[in-house]
Amino acid sequence: MTDLLRIADREFRSRLLLGTGKFPSLPVMRDALDASGTEIVTVTLRRIDLDSPEPNLLEFVDRDRYLLLPNTSGAEDADDAVRLARLARAAGLSDWVKLEVTPDPRWLLPDPVETLAAAERLVKEGFTVLPYIGADPVLAKRLQEVGCATVMPLGAPIGSNRGLKTRDSIAIILEQAEVPVVVDAGLGAPSHAAEAMEMGADCVLVNTAISVARDPVEMARAFRLGVEAGRAAWRAGRAPERAVGEGAEASSPLTGFLRGTA
Amino acid sequence: MTGFGEELAALPMEELLRVATEAAPDTVERALAREPLDLFDFAALLSPEAGRRLEDLAQRAHALTVQRFGKTVQLYAPLYVSNECVETCTYCAFSRTNPIARKTLTPEQAVAEARLLRARGFRHLLIVSGEHPRHVSPEYLGTILRALAAETPSLSVEVQPQTEEIYREWTAAGAEGLVVYQETYDRDTYARVHLAGKKKDFDWRLATPDRGAAGGMKRLGIGALFGLSDWRQEALRLAAHARYLVRRYWRCFVTVSFPRLRPAEYADTLARHPLADADLARLVCAFRLLLPDVGVVLSTREPAQLRDGLVRLGVTQMSAGSRTEPGGYSAPEVPTGRQFEVSDERTAGEVARTIRELGFDPVWKDWEAALRG
Repeated sequence: MTDLLRIADREFRSRLLLGTGKFPSLPVMRDALDASGTEIVTVTLRRIDLDSPEPNLLEFVDRDRYLLLPNTSGAEDADDAVRLARLARAAGLSDWVKLEVTPDPRWLLPDPVETLAAAERLVKEGFTVLPYIGADPVLAKRLQEVGCATVMPLGAPIGSNRGLKTRDSIAIILEQAEVPVVVDAGLGAPSHAAEAMEMGADCVLVNTAISVARDPVEMARAFRLGVEAGRAAWRAGRAPERAVGEGAEASSPLTGFLRGTA
Repeated sequence: MTGFGEELAALPMEELLRVATEAAPDTVERALAREPLDLFDFAALLSPEAGRRLEDLAQRAHALTVQRFGKTVQLYAPLYVSNECVETCTYCAFSRTNPIARKTLTPEQAVAEARLLRARGFRHLLIVSGEHPRHVSPEYLGTILRALAAETPSLSVEVQPQTEEIYREWTAAGAEGLVVYQETYDRDTYARVHLAGKKKDFDWRLATPDRGAAGGMKRLGIGALFGLSDWRQEALRLAAHARYLVRRYWRCFVTVSFPRLRPAEYADTLARHPLADADLARLVCAFRLLLPDVGVVLSTREPAQLRDGLVRLGVTQMSAGSRTEPGGYSAPEVPTGRQFEVSDERTAGEVARTIRELGFDPVWKDWEAALRG
C-alpha cells in the first residue's frame, strides 16, 4: 500500500524535509539532499544572493525534483515575515512558506503571538503556510483554525540536537491534529527522528544534525532510514511495554454486577 | 476543512469491521495497552475476543476514568417541555400519528418544573421536546431558556436540530449544551425508521453538532440508539464522530451516550439488533480507552443495578428520578404521553445515596453559566 504524505494539495513519498543551511559546501549539500530521499527542501531567503558571482544555492537544488520551501528566517515580527514571504513569491520561488518568527537571536524560539498574526495574513493572501512553533497544543489548534497546511512544533531548540524534549506536548498536538504535523528542530540523531515517527508524526524536518555531521551525506542516508523505520513501526502498531518493578496491584473485580443481568 | 459527513463516508468500515469481529488475542492485548488508541484498536475492543477480556478492559477504563474525572458522577435531570411532534420515528411514542395526550408547557409551567427539580438538588437541566415547528418554535424555546436561565446554573437542549443562527440566539438566552443523537449512523436503517418529516434528512442531523459549536454551544452530546442496527458498526461510527468533534471543536466538552431501545407507547421498540448488558458495559469501557476525556452519559432507561455497576467503569453523567412527559414532575398523576418507560425508578436522592455508597461523589453543580458573562 502506498503511504503518501499529503500536505495541502500535494503528495509526497518522503517524510523527511531537509534544511539547506550550514553545509560545508554546496556540492556536499546537493549530495546530502540526494542521499536523504527528501522531496521538500527549505531555503532561507535572506541567504540567497542573486547578484553574487559565486555559485548560488538555488543552482544546487533541482527544482524538478524538490519542492522549494522558502522560510522567513530572520523575521522578528509578523510584518517582517509577511514581507519575506511576499518577496519569495515575487522572486518566483514558491507560494508555500515555512513561517518562522524568531525575535530571540540566542535560542531562535518562535514568537507565538506574531506567528499566529502572520499566519492569518499569509493564508488570506493565498499562501500555503507551514508555521514553525513551540510545542504548544493550543497554538497548534489556533493555527489550524486560521488555515495553516501543517503545524511544525519543535522537539528542542533549533540546532540543539537534543531530541524530543517536548515529547508529551507533541503527543497532545498529534492527538488533536487535523493537518499533518511536522516535528521540526532539535532532532539530533536518526533515533530521534524514528522516535517522532513512531509516535505518529507525519514527517520531520532536519538540518543541523545532517549538515554539521562529520559525513553529512552518510548522515542524510541514516536519517532517511530512521524516518522510514519509525514510520513503518507506527503503521505496524508497536507491541505494548510491560512495566518493570511495579507489583501488580490487586484490584477488586469491576464486572461482577453483570452476572445476573441479561 | 471537511465536515464529518466526508469522514464518515471515508471510514474504512470493511477493515474496521473485520477487526471488530475477528481480532486475535494479541491484537486485543495490544489495544488494551496502547495509549493513545486509534480506531483500529477501538475496533479490536469490540471483538468477541475482547468480550472475554471484559474484566481487564474494565480495570483499564476505571483507572482512566478516575484519573481524568476523579471519583465523581455529575447528576442532571431531563425537563420535557413538549411532546408535540411532526416527525414519524417508528421507535418513539411522540411520533406524529400516535394518539398520545399532547401537551406543551407554558414558560410558567416550565419554571415550576425547574423549581421542583432544584428542590431535589438538580442544578444541571436538559430541556427536551418533540420536534414541532409551531408548538416548539425557536422563539418558544428561547423564551423557555430565558425563563429558566435566571435560576438554573446550567442548561442544555435536546430538541429539533436548528441553524447556527438559532443556536447563537439560544446560547445568548442561556443554553450551553447541545444534545443530538443521530439515532443510527447506518443510512439504510435511518431511512427505515424515520418515515416522514424533516428528520428524514440524515446529513442535516449529522452536521447539527457543528452548527451548535459554531453557534457557541460549549458542550456537545452525541449518541446512537442501540437496537436499531448492528451495534459494532454503530459504535465504530459513533466513536469516529466523537473523535472528530473532540479534534475540531477542541474548546467544547464532548459527551457520548448509548441509549438502548425501551418500551414506548404505540412504538415499535423491538430491538432487531439487541445490545447485551455486557456489551453495553464494554462500550462504556472502549470509549473511555479511545477518548479518555469524553463524558459518558447514562439515563434512567437502564435498570438500577446495571447503572450502579457502570458508574465504576466510565460513566460520568447520569440522570435520576426522571419523568419523560411534559409536566411530569409537577403533576405525575395527569395522563400525558411519555417518550419512553424509564427503568431506574429510584428518586434522585436514592441514586445520589447509592453513588456515595459506591465511593463516588454525586456532583449536582459544577458550572454556573453566569460566570461566563
